[in-house]
Amino acid sequence: MTIAKRTVGVALGAALGLAAGPAAAQDLAVALGASVTSLDPHFHALAPNNSIAQHVFNNLVEQDENQKLIQGLAVSWSARGDDKWIIKLRPGVKFTDGSDFTAEDVVASIKRIAWVPNSPSAFTIYTKAIKEAVIVDPLTLELRTDGPYPLMPNDLSNFFIISKKSVEAPTEDFNRLTAAIGTGPYKYSDYARGDRIVLERNEGYWDTKPEWKKVTFRLITNPAARVAALLAGDVQMIEAVPTADIEKLKRNPNLSLAQAASNRLIYLHMDHQRDTTPFFTDKAGKPLAKNPLKDLRVRQALSKAINRDGIVERVMEGVSVPAGQLLAESFFGTSKNLPPEKYDPDGAKKLLADAGYPNGFGVTLHGPNDRYINDGRVIQTVAQMWSRIGVDAKVEAMPWATYAAKATNQEFSIFLVGWGSGTGETSSTLRSLLATFNRETGMGQANRGRYSNPELDKVLAEALRTVNSAKRGELLAQASEIGIRDVGVIPLHYEVSTWGLKKGLTYVGRAGQETLAMEVRTAK
Amino acid sequence: MTVFIVRRLMQSVVILLVMSVIVFLGVFAIGNPVDILISPDADQLERERAIRALGLDLPLWEQYFVFLKNAAVGDLGRSFVFNEPALRLIFERMPATLELAFTAVVLSLIVGIPLGLYAGLRPQTVTSKGIMAGSIVGFSLPTFWQGLMFIMVFAVMLGWLPSTGRGQIGSFLGIKSSLFTQDGLAHVILPAVNLALGNAALIIRLTRAGVRETLLQDYVKFARAKGLSSRRVVGVHVLKNILIPLVTVVGLEIAGLIAFAVVTESIFAWPGMGKLIIDSINQLDRPVMVAYLMMIVLLFIIINLIVDVLYSVIDPRVRLQDVKG
Amino acid sequence: MSSPTVTAPAKAESPFRRLVSEFAEDRLAVAGAVVLTIILLIALFAPLISPQNPYDLSKLDILDSRMPPGSKSMDGMTFWLGTDGQGRDMLSGIFYGLRTSLAVGVFSGVCAMIVGMAMGLIAAYVGGRTETLIMRLVDLQLSFPTILIALILLAVLGQGVGKIILALIIVQWSYYARIIRGTALVERRREYVEAAICLGLSKPRIIFSHVLPNCMPPMIVIGTVQVAGAIALEATLSFLGIGLPITEPSLGLLIANGFEYLLSGKYWISFFPGIALLVTIISINLVGDQLRDVLNPRLKR
Repeated sequence: MTIAKRTVGVALGAALGLAAGPAAAQDLAVALGASVTSLDPHFHALAPNNSIAQHVFNNLVEQDENQKLIQGLAVSWSARGDDKWIIKLRPGVKFTDGSDFTAEDVVASIKRIAWVPNSPSAFTIYTKAIKEAVIVDPLTLELRTDGPYPLMPNDLSNFFIISKKSVEAPTEDFNRLTAAIGTGPYKYSDYARGDRIVLERNEGYWDTKPEWKKVTFRLITNPAARVAALLAGDVQMIEAVPTADIEKLKRNPNLSLAQAASNRLIYLHMDHQRDTTPFFTDKAGKPLAKNPLKDLRVRQALSKAINRDGIVERVMEGVSVPAGQLLAESFFGTSKNLPPEKYDPDGAKKLLADAGYPNGFGVTLHGPNDRYINDGRVIQTVAQMWSRIGVDAKVEAMPWATYAAKATNQEFSIFLVGWGSGTGETSSTLRSLLATFNRETGMGQANRGRYSNPELDKVLAEALRTVNSAKRGELLAQASEIGIRDVGVIPLHYEVSTWGLKKGLTYVGRAGQETLAMEVRTAK
Repeated sequence: MTVFIVRRLMQSVVILLVMSVIVFLGVFAIGNPVDILISPDADQLERERAIRALGLDLPLWEQYFVFLKNAAVGDLGRSFVFNEPALRLIFERMPATLELAFTAVVLSLIVGIPLGLYAGLRPQTVTSKGIMAGSIVGFSLPTFWQGLMFIMVFAVMLGWLPSTGRGQIGSFLGIKSSLFTQDGLAHVILPAVNLALGNAALIIRLTRAGVRETLLQDYVKFARAKGLSSRRVVGVHVLKNILIPLVTVVGLEIAGLIAFAVVTESIFAWPGMGKLIIDSINQLDRPVMVAYLMMIVLLFIIINLIVDVLYSVIDPRVRLQDVKG
Repeated sequence: MSSPTVTAPAKAESPFRRLVSEFAEDRLAVAGAVVLTIILLIALFAPLISPQNPYDLSKLDILDSRMPPGSKSMDGMTFWLGTDGQGRDMLSGIFYGLRTSLAVGVFSGVCAMIVGMAMGLIAAYVGGRTETLIMRLVDLQLSFPTILIALILLAVLGQGVGKIILALIIVQWSYYARIIRGTALVERRREYVEAAICLGLSKPRIIFSHVLPNCMPPMIVIGTVQVAGAIALEATLSFLGIGLPITEPSLGLLIANGFEYLLSGKYWISFFPGIALLVTIISINLVGDQLRDVLNPRLKR
């Protein structure tokens, strides 16, 4: 009954919004490209859910559009000694139910994150460094850690603060909106699962109030349908514009675009571990006796044979940036000395010959075809380029649903994956992709090629202990150089996200690829 | 008849059990949901915790028995992705799909039977040939292409109809549906036509084939010879005889439409069950996949039963016996 | 086909020639047959007549991608129908795609029909437990959404032409089985079958020479629809990303690939394969339609 009622309300509201048309200048309709599955901000660490939750909940530390850390519900944070962080909270903040925000709410949030049942991916990865949270006074918190932990502010920017009243509320209560009490610029007004989410402005918001009184997020996962909805005027903004349509939308006088280089690197992972690897054969199709990827020259050759500018220009239609390292240079912890590898087919051929493969070999390149921007076409293009240096490259693309498990189980030899750095610095990427895999410490947890380089591990470990951020940045850059020069992975490009808007609206694109209604403004 | 139905229902329980095993095994083979669901930042320990939290650490047969035990009391599991009971999710989406399928079936019958009758009764006219050629075009192009064309033409270029989504919901005699409002109807037209086109073509062809055959039957010739009006011959004798293949097909198609609305729903962002299942497949949300499939199996069993009973009503020569001993 | 009740015209004709001449009565059907023959020849000889081998990645150049019809490649080749996002010549792509689509559609359709007919007839004539078993299997089979069976199968088996054919057979046979059982149930009560039983003809003989021909008209209707459907289904699976390997596109996959360019005005990438698909299916259906009329003993004057 309540569900039905709510659905009616949503549809009614939406219909009125549509019918009212230009009169409702304070309303905004946005089409999202990925499904939002829950309004519980602690249930599933999933980008689309987090993006919606940011409207209603705040973090202690916020990330700006370039993932630089800025004040959120905390006004200051500083390390005290080797195992403490002192967090000063923002005074005068109220939850949407009228209660005051205090340190108790932070403690309750940390507690709920560890408790929330059935989570398929918990936020504890961002709270596990906090061994104890001590309330010093209502607006001061002391977070205790085991040893120095410089990444604390980054972690604090990755989980949401809820009201202590909801500490034991199950996910359903958030989906029913009863427990969804936050401090953010908006509050939920309606939720039709799988269809739309309606937000209403929080008139008591502590910071600058957003321009839109009512925001409707519609879930339109099909890219063409999303573009069509924008063209038809059903929505005023869409995210994830397909690259094929960008040029056309650019020329449309009724629309404008917003773009931002993202924190997502698209790269090739290689099997560094096995002595023989399943998808490398000689030209006749017989398996090779040894894994050629263990030879640095082969890895360099495969990287040099890729024309990154060609991929960016022809496959991505100019909407991506050729990559030479783990994150674009503007991010923290990157190196100034790592330009994208130059396209050099002759050099590649020579390296292959030096490595004992003058006639090349056969290889199957694997990749998903529904995960990253134009992923299926990128791998075909890479294979085309490899065939120019005498490598017989075949391509096998599959849906992410089947691909992910196979990639994690190391079933491939060389394969395409993407990595978005949630913290906006290379430590996340280095730690996940290039550090030696270690089950207990969690290092190299996404190192699906099992690359291992003690030198890199050493520098990285030092960086992760260094609280001084300038020093840490240098160490991270140094670790990146070690990993990239050794071709631990082959970087291809950094994705660029594109938003389509009705003419007269502006949006500052975000590196984290989120779509935030409060950042949409009417052009002056 | 009652015995037949009771027997059929008993068999259905067996079928449901067999299906549950097949579905469970099939869904299990697709891939490990944890790899899809888990945040890329999560480490190995968190991964293992998630596997335990979702009950995936148990051996397959044990997972199956847990499922069976809960299913016996009407609990088909809890969605990994939504953290809500799978059945609730399905029932929440069901009205949207039902109204879409209902509209599509009605449309295809309204269009299909008269056109098919005409084409069968006057096969040589230009109009009939046009109808047949049109029916071929109708099911020739893939649904997704049709759908996008509709959006392109009617929503983007002409701006007559909304491009995607479900409209405002109205209430009539206590039933809530978007078919009762103008906005809702505007939204349902494109996806319903998209879904109906292939079926309408099929119905035209079957009706025409049936009519042409029936017209040559002796009893129709007799009826004509007897001097019955052509209207009565067509309305009673011909129509009754073409109903058998039509009932079969329509029966199958209704259920098919509900199950296969996947493509239409994902193109038109129609928040129905089809969209739910495709999302669940993409995220390997096993409990929802299993629950959805079990619901569809049940639906088909019921529709098939109705079709068989209708058979015997329309054509008494068909025996309504099923199992012997 | 030479049923004794049909009196042939005075001129002595072989049954086949009579069939041909009856078929030729409809000009549209003849046109369909001619077009279908041309399409079959193109499909058969695609490797010989295509300007380029679109399945060989080393022959493609990404710099040639998304060129409009009539453009010239870097090495002087003309792309009469333009190129797709991968730099594939659309004309060659369509020739090869026809080959793949037809192979997939026809082969899976024929196999499914044989399996379905056998099962349907067995069900109708053996009856009892066998019938129950088969028909419940059909129900079971039909209760799975096609796309889901295909997804599960392809997930377990991997991608490839053979695998998608297998998936299509598995999703299609039950349609034939159900329809033929329905028809056969009615047919077996007809006078001619009862007469044949009285004459003491064997069961297989009755089935194959009497019942089966009479079941053919609906089978051909369903069959043509199904072959067309198989091709469209394959396209849909490709659209959902679980069909054929992306390096060896069928017509369906070419359309699906072009789908993303449709709104941006690069119509040729999905338009031309769409036309090729449409022409193919229409000609199959025209031929099938006329065949049905010709093959139906009861429609004879």
